[in-house]
Amino acid sequence: MATRKTSDTGPAKGSNPAPKGSNIPADELKHYYREMLLIRRFEEKAGQLYGMGLIGGFCHLYIGQEAVVVGLEAAADEGDKRVTSYRDHGHMLACGMDPKGVMAELTGRDGGYSKGKGGSMHMFSKEKHFYGGHGIVGAQVPIGAGLAFADKYNGTDRVTFTYFGDGAANQGQVYETYNMAQLWDLPVVFVIENNQYAMGTSVQRSTKSPSLWERGAAYGIKGEEVDGMDVLAVKEAGERAVAHCREGKGPYILEIKTYRYRGHSMSDPAKYRSREEVQKMREERDPIEQIRQVLLSGQHATEEDLKAIDKEIKEIVNESAEFSKESPEPALDELWTDIYAKEAPQEA
Amino acid sequence: MATEILMPALSPTMEEGTLARWLVKEGDTVSSGDILAEIETDKATMEFEAVDEGTVGKILIEEGSEGVKVNTPIAVLLEEGEDASAIDSAGDNSGDEAKTEVKEETKAEEKDTVPSDTPAASSPAAAAPKPPRTPDWPEGTETKTTTVREALRDAMAEEMRREDNVFLMGEEVGEYQGAYKISQGLLDEFGPKRVVDTPITEHGFAGIAVGAAFGGLRPIVEFMTFNFALQAMDQIINSAAKTLYMSGGQMGAPMVFRGPNGAAARVGAQHSQDFAAWFMQIPGLKVVMPYSAADAKGLMKSAIRDPNPVIFLENEILYGRSFEVPVMDDFTIPLGKAKIAREGTDVTIVSFGIGMTYALEAAEKLAQDGIEAEVIDLRTIRPMDTDAIIESVKKTNRCVTVEEGWPQGSVGGYISNVLMQEAFDHLDAPVINCTGKDVPMPYAANLEKHALVTTDEVVEAVRKVTYK
Repeated sequence: MATRKTSDTGPAKGSNPAPKGSNIPADELKHYYREMLLIRRFEEKAGQLYGMGLIGGFCHLYIGQEAVVVGLEAAADEGDKRVTSYRDHGHMLACGMDPKGVMAELTGRDGGYSKGKGGSMHMFSKEKHFYGGHGIVGAQVPIGAGLAFADKYNGTDRVTFTYFGDGAANQGQVYETYNMAQLWDLPVVFVIENNQYAMGTSVQRSTKSPSLWERGAAYGIKGEEVDGMDVLAVKEAGERAVAHCREGKGPYILEIKTYRYRGHSMSDPAKYRSREEVQKMREERDPIEQIRQVLLSGQHATEEDLKAIDKEIKEIVNESAEFSKESPEPALDELWTDIYAKEAPQEA
Repeated sequence: MATEILMPALSPTMEEGTLARWLVKEGDTVSSGDILAEIETDKATMEFEAVDEGTVGKILIEEGSEGVKVNTPIAVLLEEGEDASAIDSAGDNSGDEAKTEVKEETKAEEKDTVPSDTPAASSPAAAAPKPPRTPDWPEGTETKTTTVREALRDAMAEEMRREDNVFLMGEEVGEYQGAYKISQGLLDEFGPKRVVDTPITEHGFAGIAVGAAFGGLRPIVEFMTFNFALQAMDQIINSAAKTLYMSGGQMGAPMVFRGPNGAAARVGAQHSQDFAAWFMQIPGLKVVMPYSAADAKGLMKSAIRDPNPVIFLENEILYGRSFEVPVMDDFTIPLGKAKIAREGTDVTIVSFGIGMTYALEAAEKLAQDGIEAEVIDLRTIRPMDTDAIIESVKKTNRCVTVEEGWPQGSVGGYISNVLMQEAFDHLDAPVINCTGKDVPMPYAANLEKHALVTTDEVVEAVRKVTYK
C-alpha cells in the first residue's frame, strides 16, 4: 500500500562526492533554477507592492516552497490540470501563466487574469489548465478530483495535480474526496504541501498523526513523503505519481515537506515560531541555493550564467510590477459582468 | 373480535398505492411477521407484514387494485375461535368512512390539476384581454397525463440522450433507481458511467461535480433532499456560484443541483424546510421551483442546458401529482419566465412550487364569493420575472404572496419590496406575505398542519387586501 519514504535528511551540498543532478542536462537544471527564482523574486516584489498599498486584502506568499511546484510541473505534460489554494502565485507562474497578468490581478487591475475581480486568491487560466486559486481551505480538493473525473469520463489520460496544505489536510472534504477518488480510480495527484504551519498552528499542535500522507492508506491510496526543498526529489516523486495515475491505477498522494519563510499572510506577526528556526531553514535547506550548488559544482553553469538568469528574472518581475501599476482599474460596468454566462465558458 | 387490516402508509407522503399481490388467501393462518401482500407505492414495491396472529377471514381488496387509499380496510383477520360471521361487523366500523374519504381526496386532486394546466378555461376572467404572453406550448398540441416524477425523469433522459457530457450523480440514483424514483430506468439506459451512485458524502460529491463542470461536463447533482445540501453549501455558493465572476468570465460551473425541497410529511424539523429564499440571495445561481409536471419537465431541460449553476427545487409531495404535459420532441420552458396560472382582476396571488396548491385552492374558494384572483406561478425564483408581477398588480392593485418558507427574509418579502419601489402608486393595500410559521417544523400532526401555510390563510389575506 504505502510505499516509499524518501530521505529528508540534510541538503544536497556542493561538496558531495558524486554531485547530485550530474546526470541531468544542464538546460534542465538551469530551467529549475530560473523557474524557482522567478517565483521568489516575483513574491518579493509582491510583498513590496503590498507594503506600498498597491496590493490589498490577503496576500499569501510562496517564498521557500518554490521547489514543490517547479518540481511537479517538470513531471506534468501538456493538458494536465492543476488546482490549488489561496497560496497560488507560485503555481500560476510555474505552469506558464504570464507574470504581468498575475501581478496585475494582485493590484486589482483590468490587465489581471480575472480583470481585477478575483484578486490574489482567485485566479484562473483555462489556457494553462489552471483551475484556481480557491480561498476556502480544502474546497479545491474535491474540485481537483472532479477535474480528474471529467478526464476519466472523457477517456483521456490526463492527470490533475490537486494541491493543499497541512492545514487543509484536516478538513473532512479531503477524506470524502479520498474515498471517492480511490473508489472511482480518478487520475488525481493529491499534493500535500506540508509547510508545517496552518496559519499559526504547527502540525504537532493540530494532529497526533503527523504523517499526513499515511492517512491515504485508510482508503487504499498509495503515497509517499518527499523532500520539498529538493526540486529534483520532487520531480522524481512527481513522475512516479503521474505514472501511477496515467496507468489508470487511481489517485496518489505526495506529502511534500516544505517550509514557508514568510508569514501565513502579510499581516502575520509570526509569534508561533522562532526567527532562528526560519533562519536555519533558509541557510541550510533553501531550494534555490541547493540547485545553484548543483549547477556550479557539477559545472553545468558558471557564476556568469547564473547572473545572467538573475538579471533576466529581475527584468521580468520589474516589468510585471510596472504593468500592474500602469494597467487601469477595471471599468465600473465590470461590476455587473460575468455573473451569469450566456454560453458555457468551458465549451465556448 | 375480528380486526381489519388497513392499507398501510409505507412512506411519509404516501396517500395511496397498488395492492400488487396477495401472498395469503382466505382461510390461511398467519402469525406476526408473515408477509401478507406486496404493495406498490409510486416509489417502490414493498412487502407488507402481519402484525397480529389469526386467520385471514376475508380479502376485501383484490390483488391488482390500483389507487387504494391509505387506511382503507383490505382484509379482515379473525381471531382464534371466530368464524366468518364476525366479518360484517368489522367491515361496518370504518369501511364507509374510508370510502367517503376516498371520494373527497379524488376531488381535491382534480382541483389541483385543472386550473394550472387549462389556464383560465373556466374562469370568468377569461373574458378580460389576455396579456401578451406566449403560451408554453402551441395550441392544439397533444398532451399526456404525467406525474411530476415522470416528467423530471423524462427531462433528464432526453437531455442525456442529447448531450454525452450530461451525467447524473448522487446517493441511490443508480441501482436503487432513486430514493424518490426520479431516476428510475436511467441506469439501464445510460449505464454506471453516466448514472453515478455516490457514497453518503454531500460535501465531497458536490465539490467533485463542481470540478467536473469546470472540466467541461454537465453534472446533474441529486441531493436526496435539499436538507442534505447544507453539508455542501460551501461548494454550491463559494465554488459553483462565484467562479465565473472571480475568473473574469473564463470559467464557471454549468450544472444542476436538484432534489426535493420543502416540507415532506411528519419528518420533523431537520427534514422539512424550504430553501428557496436562501438560494435566491446568491448572485451566480439560478433558482427554479416548479409546480406542475409540464413546468418540471420544460424547466429541467432548460436548467441542464443553462451555462450556469441552477438550483432546482422539487417537492416530495408534488412528485406523485399528475398534470398534462405536451407531447413534443423537445419541450422546454425558458428560465426566468413566470406563468399566469389563472387570470383574475381583483387581486394578484404570487406563488411557486407547492405554494401554488394553496394559491389555486384559495382562488377557487374566493371565486365562489365573487373575488377573482389572478394567480402567478413564478416557476423561477432567480432571475425573477418581476415584470409579470408588476404588470398584474397594475391591473389588480393588490397582492398576496404564498410560500412554505419562513417569513423573515422570504421570497414574498422581496416581492413586497419590489412592488413598493416599482408599483407603489398602483397598490391599494399593503402586500401580505403568507408564509410558513416562524418555527422549526414540529413532528406532531396537528402542530405540523399549523406550521404550514394554509389555503384559509391565503383566503383571509385576500379578503384583507380587498377589504371584503
